[in-house]
Order: sequence, then C-alpha cells, then structure tokens
Amino acid sequence: MKPRSTMKRRQFLKGAAGIASLVALAGCDNVTQSSWFFRLLQRTEKLTDMVQGAVTPADALAKEYTESDISAVFPANGNTDPGTQDYSAKAQNEFADWNLLIDGLVATPMLISLAAVKEMPARTQITRHDCVEGWSAIGKWTGVPLSGLMHKVQPLPNARYAVFHCADVDDEGVSYYESIAIQDCYHPQTILAYELNGQPLNIPHGAPLRLRFERQLGYKQAKYVERIELVESFSGIAGGKGGYWEDQGYEWYAGI
Amino acid sequence: MAVSIQSVEERTRSDERRMGLELLAPSVPSVGSTPEAHASSVAPVVERVYRHRLPVRISHWLNVPILVILIMSGLQIFNAHPALYWGDRSDRDRPLLSIRPIQAEGGEVKGTTTILGRQFDTTGVLGYSDGSGRAFPAWATIPSAKWLAMGRQWHLFFAWLFVINGILFTAYALVSRHVTRDLVPTGKDIRAIGRSIKDHLKLRQPQGDEAKQYNVLQKLAYLVVLLAIAPVIVLTGLTMSPTIDTAFPWLLTIFGGRQGARTIHFLACFSFVGFIVIHVVEVILTGLIKNLRSMITGWFVVKRKVVCHEA
Repeated sequence: MKPRSTMKRRQFLKGAAGIASLVALAGCDNVTQSSWFFRLLQRTEKLTDMVQGAVTPADALAKEYTESDISAVFPANGNTDPGTQDYSAKAQNEFADWNLLIDGLVATPMLISLAAVKEMPARTQITRHDCVEGWSAIGKWTGVPLSGLMHKVQPLPNARYAVFHCADVDDEGVSYYESIAIQDCYHPQTILAYELNGQPLNIPHGAPLRLRFERQLGYKQAKYVERIELVESFSGIAGGKGGYWEDQGYEWYAGI
Repeated sequence: MAVSIQSVEERTRSDERRMGLELLAPSVPSVGSTPEAHASSVAPVVERVYRHRLPVRISHWLNVPILVILIMSGLQIFNAHPALYWGDRSDRDRPLLSIRPIQAEGGEVKGTTTILGRQFDTTGVLGYSDGSGRAFPAWATIPSAKWLAMGRQWHLFFAWLFVINGILFTAYALVSRHVTRDLVPTGKDIRAIGRSIKDHLKLRQPQGDEAKQYNVLQKLAYLVVLLAIAPVIVLTGLTMSPTIDTAFPWLLTIFGGRQGARTIHFLACFSFVGFIVIHVVEVILTGLIKNLRSMITGWFVVKRKVVCHEA
C-alpha cells in the first residue's frame, strides 16, 4: 500500500502546487494578452538601452579571447541553409559571383564583389557569441570593418539605421533581416565576416558574409548578407520592428 | 485574565526606541474584579512594538510579486537552453547541469536531470511534463507556454523594479540605521548563536523581550539576502548582458565567465527560493496572524506572563 500512498501524496502535492500556480498564472497569462500591460513591458527596452548606452563608452571593446578559448564546436542556430535556387547556385560556384549592395540614404550607392570585400583591410577578432537562448560560443572571426564600407558609400546625415537584408528565408517564406544603429557601424569590432576560425565561412554559419556586432546577442548577427540599406526608420520594412526576431516579439535592443 | 490590546488605553513612548518600541502599561484589573482574583496572580502583559516602519513594509510587499514573477519568468528563460556551464563558453558535452527529455528504449519519453554527470529520472516535473518536453513545467513558468520572448519581457521589466526597490530599501535601511540597529548581530547575539540554532531546530519560539527583536539567525539570514544573494543575483544577471560585459569586463572575471555567471544566477535564484520557503514556514510557526499584522500595520504584539504582587 505504501507505493500507492506515496503516489497519492505526490499527486496531491502536485495538484496543490498546480492550483496555486494556476491562480498566479491565469493572472499572468491574462495580463500578457492585455495590450496596455504588454506596452508597459516593452517600454523596459528603451530604459535598458538608454541606461546601458550611458554606462558603456562608445569605443569600449567586447572582450577578445585567445586561440585556446575557441569553442571546439560552434553551434549554428536559426536558418542553417538558405536553400533557395539562387543561393544554392552561388554556393556551388563558391560565391565567386556574390555581390554586396549598399544603398539607401548614402551619397554613393555601391555594388561590391565578395573578392573586392576581401581585398579591403581586414580585422580578426576572437569573441564570444551570446545566444538569446542562454548559451555562448567563442570563435575567431575575420572580416572587413563596416566602417571601411561606410567611408566608401558616405551615409547621408539623416541615415539612422543600417538594415541588413539576408538571402535566407524561413519555412513560411519570410526573409531574414536585421538592423543596427548607424553609430554602431563605426565600432571597430563591427565587421562583415567572411572567415570563421581561419576557414572560409561555411553555409550553416552564414557564408559568404555575415555581420559580427559583438556587443549584442546572437540574433543581431545577420547571416548571408547581400544588401545593406541605410534608412531613417525601419518601420516600413517587413513587420516594422527592425528585424526578423524583433517582428516576433524580441527586443530590437539586444544588449542584454 | 487576558487583556486585549484595545482595552489598554495608556501607552508610554520609550525614548530609546529600538525598532520603535512602545511599552504598554501592565494590565489594569478590570472593574468589578475582586482583590482575591488578582492578588499574586499571573497577569499577561501585552506589549506592542512598532517593529516595521512604513518604507520597510512597502518594500517587503512589493518584493512578493516581484520575486515570484522574476523566478517564474526566469525559469521560462532557462527552459530555452536548459543546461548550465562554467567559464565563458557552453561546451555542450560538459554541462554542470542539464534538464532534458530523453527518449527511452521503449519509445517513451522521460524527463532526465543530469547534475555533475549523475542522471536522475525527473519525469513529470523536470524535463518532461504534461506530455511536453520542457525543463521546468508549465505551472512554474511565466508565460506558462514556451515563449522565450515574452518571458524576457516580463523578466527584464520586473528586474528593473527589483533593482529600484532594492536600492531604495538599502538607502533607507542605512540612513534610518535599520541595518545597524536591527540587522547587524550584537556580540551577545553571536555568543548565543549555538543556543539559537538549537532553539530553531526544536522549533522553540523566543518569548517576552527576546521576541521583540530579530533573533541572531534571522538577522544573519536577512543580511545574507541583502548583502550577498540580492546583489549577486543582479550582478550575475548583468554579466549575461554582452553590452555590460563590454563596459565592465571585470564582471566576467569575478563570476567565472558568462556561463559561470548564468550558473551563479540560477543558484542564487534557488537560494532565494530556499529563503522564501524557510521565511514563510517561520512566519507560520511563530504566529501567522500576528506576523502578518506586524508586516501590514507595523505593530508587533508581545505577550508575556509576569507575576503581579498586590500590595
């Protein structure tokens, strides 16, 4: 009879805990759905952005690690292969015909080949990638500082954001995109990477070009970048929140 | 002869207010009672102590929903990657702790919790519950469904409230000398610590004057929460922010990397859970009603028996 009574007690405890938390949860799940509360929660992002911006020097560098710190396996998250006909054809050709378009609010729009990008002064950095899910991985990235590209195209004074348009689409055909503030484009560690751990970037990690913006979370690090558009506002692009994950409820400010 | 608080009219305010002590006059025999009835009788004395000042009470009650929401939304965030590590990277083959659903040989799914390489079957609560593979069950998370983005929104909003509430409380506690007068143990407290531990284990409650102050274990528990667990949980939370790591790289050094900070954050969370459980149990054991009344109104009632000698 003992097992049964333990079972009963466990069931009872589970039930009691369940009821207590259901009361709390019913409340929480209800207010989650109420729009005023959701708007209040969303205001946090602005406060966090403002305060973290105020305490972080604009030129402060994210910690750089040594070769021995590099993760044996660097997980590839999100889309791991755009798989479109166009992308697959270019991948077959080792991205020899990959071009990056930089346009929008710039003095001189530019279409630059991958080969030309690789000829520009490069930066190599061993940094930590922090996923919004909670895990971290360390990798060595080589690429062109975005500031170099910005000097070539000369953003107009009203350009406030750089929007990264990517070649990957999700299962429902929604294109990946991301955006960062224009001033972050000039940070020395903001690079368009074409190498990971000394090897040409592979497809799961965003070949042939991906953004590294080291002071924010993983979902900002757009892969398969084919166009950078400078804009004053991203409200007219896709869901209007400034990025693929932002359109699904994640914060545009991904510094925490 | 029981004397209700209301029946006692005269109060004298003690000049030396420790926790704002108010001493009530020993009970006055009620009209009509015979001299025999109270000659040399044991009469309870009721003292009312102004134990919790308003800012402390407000801060305390704000922390109740704040902590519950932070813990439950934190578990939602943990569920997005239900494993803990030490250092700066997550080497997935070497977690300190992981909580995952694992398909057993017969095809049935079991919830498995692995701590330092030792596996435990936690089906029904951790790893697999209510037909779904998830580390912490739906009843323990906000929102109840898997929804990382929303869990983060809740967590970061209430984290701000927790920090603001904590800063205001700490400033008040220092300025009002709540810390030095009521929380820092005295030399006498420290010497009696062994006895206090014994009293707690035997569930023996302090009586009379002793009940007016926090006991030494209580003082130490509150100090540990105020000076260690709360600051550590906030700082390790901030260490998980890549931007904050850029501004204050020493955070990574002191907390064993970003993943170390995440592990300490989780341990600090469960220290809070442990504190809350013991706190609530002690509140119930030492008199739920009188404790609740004192944390709501500020006034704590101490009854004690003294022998009255009639002249």
